[in-house]
Amino acid sequence: MPRPALHLAVEIDGDGAHPAAWRRAAHSPGELLTPRRLARVAAVAENAGFTLVTLEDSILPPGADGGSGPVGRIGAVERAAFVAASTSVLGVAPVVATTYAEPFHVSSQLASLDHVSAGRAGWVVGAEEDPAAARAWGRPVVEGADALAREARDGLRVVRDLWDSWEDDAVIRSVATSRYLDRSRLHAVDFVGETYSVKGPSIVPRPPQGRPVVLARPGLVPAGLADVALVGGATPAEAGEAARAAGAPLAFAEVEVALDTPGESARERIADLERYSPWQPGPNRLRYTGPAAGLVDLLAELAGQVDGVRLRPLVLDEDLAVLSRLVLPELFVRRLAARPLPGTTLRTSLGLPRPLSRFTTDGAATPVREETR
Amino acid sequence: MTRTDANDVPRPDARLHFGVFFQGVNHWTIWSDPSSGSQIDPATFLKVARTAERGLFDAFFLGDGLRLRESEGGIHELDVAGRPDSITQLSALAAATERIGLVSTSNTTFNEPGDLARRLAGLDLLSGGRAGWNVVTTHNAWTGENFRRGGFLDHADRYRRAEEFLTVARAVWNGWAEGAVAASADARSWSVPGAVGRVRSRTDHFDVDLAPTLPRSAQGHPVIFQAGDSGEGRDFAARNADVIFSAHGTDFDDALAFAEDVRGRLRAAGRPEDALRILPGTEIVIGATEKEAEEKARWVRLEQVTPAVALGIASRLWGFDLSGRDADGPLPAEDPVVAEYDGKFGTRQLGETLDTVAEWRAKADANGWSLRETVIELGPQRGHVGTPAGLAEEFARFARHGAVDGFNISPYLVPDGLDDIVDLLVPELQERGVYRTAYTGTTLREHLGLAPAV
Repeated sequence: MPRPALHLAVEIDGDGAHPAAWRRAAHSPGELLTPRRLARVAAVAENAGFTLVTLEDSILPPGADGGSGPVGRIGAVERAAFVAASTSVLGVAPVVATTYAEPFHVSSQLASLDHVSAGRAGWVVGAEEDPAAARAWGRPVVEGADALAREARDGLRVVRDLWDSWEDDAVIRSVATSRYLDRSRLHAVDFVGETYSVKGPSIVPRPPQGRPVVLARPGLVPAGLADVALVGGATPAEAGEAARAAGAPLAFAEVEVALDTPGESARERIADLERYSPWQPGPNRLRYTGPAAGLVDLLAELAGQVDGVRLRPLVLDEDLAVLSRLVLPELFVRRLAARPLPGTTLRTSLGLPRPLSRFTTDGAATPVREETR
Repeated sequence: MTRTDANDVPRPDARLHFGVFFQGVNHWTIWSDPSSGSQIDPATFLKVARTAERGLFDAFFLGDGLRLRESEGGIHELDVAGRPDSITQLSALAAATERIGLVSTSNTTFNEPGDLARRLAGLDLLSGGRAGWNVVTTHNAWTGENFRRGGFLDHADRYRRAEEFLTVARAVWNGWAEGAVAASADARSWSVPGAVGRVRSRTDHFDVDLAPTLPRSAQGHPVIFQAGDSGEGRDFAARNADVIFSAHGTDFDDALAFAEDVRGRLRAAGRPEDALRILPGTEIVIGATEKEAEEKARWVRLEQVTPAVALGIASRLWGFDLSGRDADGPLPAEDPVVAEYDGKFGTRQLGETLDTVAEWRAKADANGWSLRETVIELGPQRGHVGTPAGLAEEFARFARHGAVDGFNISPYLVPDGLDDIVDLLVPELQERGVYRTAYTGTTLREHLGLAPAV
């Protein structure tokens, strides 16, 4: 069977992509912040056949809907770990920004997410762009595109090196020599950047995938450091161009979707929510509004241009149901996409190789090209 | 051991609270045994947590350490090392367990309160009010080399920072009024106007201004644990904690003295005596007979303190490298070199003083002990050895006299080390009325019998 053309990811933060999505959610507003609700959305996404869910985050409240939307959100890493333990094949990728966070902690958290999910972890590299985040963190503000990119890049370098700092076989349990570890397979990372340095090695053994899958929008981090570029583009052709320009092994197009439901058209549902606040399109981003069949056609067209899509449904409780009944089954039948296989890692599902530690000392192993600096 | 007269004790109705401490990094976890499982596989954590839950434990604890320990010029190789980030691991366990408390050891020196409080509150909500936070501090610059902040803290400042940290964390946790979220989707806004507060705090260590993003949980907010044993640490616990760990749980008189000391500090801090649970760490070795238990304990000690481990411990005490010596021979003849503590090996478990070495020599001479036997006999006391019935009698006495409120048990084997305790000891305790027969609450705070969080 040829490799399916399109990998399917979906953003499951909050109640949906529309700032007023909470008004059409199938639960009471406060239920948003409960484990029951989170597990239910994750189960729907997994059963639908998505390969990956992503979870938006910030230390600041979401605060959409002109300030009248949800102001509560559980941290994305915590949600991702919970989702990992309540699913079995779904990839899970939280947004984590290293603008103010300690890269050492971020590395441990994501490595641990990979362990608890048996190799299903991803990381959407984020940036805290709002100066208010600096005050919430209690750290000096990082301002301007260059400084934000520097903190994202340096954080990603440190995190990757820390993931590599334990070789795969560092735990030896040699009773004969009384050694649990082989220290020659543990490595200081000795990172020295412009604003800080980190010693290493990690406190967490190497993640099952070697490195969790790194997703990032082009421009935020150097292309060679990401596995998946999250690209825009107002048309499939533009998305394809952006994908080819991104230079990452894979590129996913961002697609906002609002689908017709059995009772209401997508336009009617949007109009209902526009009474409260407008749905501003993401910058230079595809948006599909209409019946499920049209989305299938759009995704088929995208399959020739990009490696995958990240869908951003208007209202999770409404659009996920249509995606799961009418869109994904059709994509699977047409071999445009495939469910992730039980027991495989996210890397395997995405056709990405498992990287060797760049510090590897195994002479038989293929050395990892130093691609970070 | 005599049977306790339940009517002639200070606390005839006392009930023991058990926690399991999944230590992760130490030489007490036996990794050489064929039944010893992975220290990172999620199945290991799940097995331990579910066994503890089957045994009606209050809590499952994860330790923390932010730099791999070093010895003899490199990473320390002899002990179990490598473990998951605790809040991440516990958030996964929240989905896979029902009742047991989930306690994260998290450091106030190398975290920021806005971020850590939010993570802990997230765990608390995801677990339905079962989160706890074991507050630890670090001051050494060596650990700081892993952090962008670096090792910036004076030793004297670490508890001050911790206290200010807790104050900010509590403000974050209490930032939302009850009923802060609209009851229906028709409301003017998702949050009730004025119900979501703001935290502004300017102290010596923090300058934060944030909007808390989470409501209070079913238990209000996470339960606070503290493990400092110094006077400063005990006072910190008396002012701030809901539960105190200690190393005073083996000898009854020592445990009682510790408990009375802590209760005195509680009174001085203006808190009621029942505001703090005292849960010493311990290790429990169970045998069908006393003889079998003693034999098993001997095996456990020898597996824990291998010749290499004994030489490593002695090297840190003597202050120079003793590897290559004969651990089953006599103590080193040289005098110790008392070196400045450099923080590279966690806590100073054995003390690093001439007095300690003098005591070791005297006792080794008197008993004819080898170096390894001396380390085993004079190292930290490691808990309780006995039959299920004998241990139950002993524990009932500890509880009914107010020497402890329970124990935080470190299994010497992972993941199966709790099986005997749950299957054999717990029923004996239940029979004596000193252990619950079912969970009566859903939150960690309820399990511990603590007053609602304020």
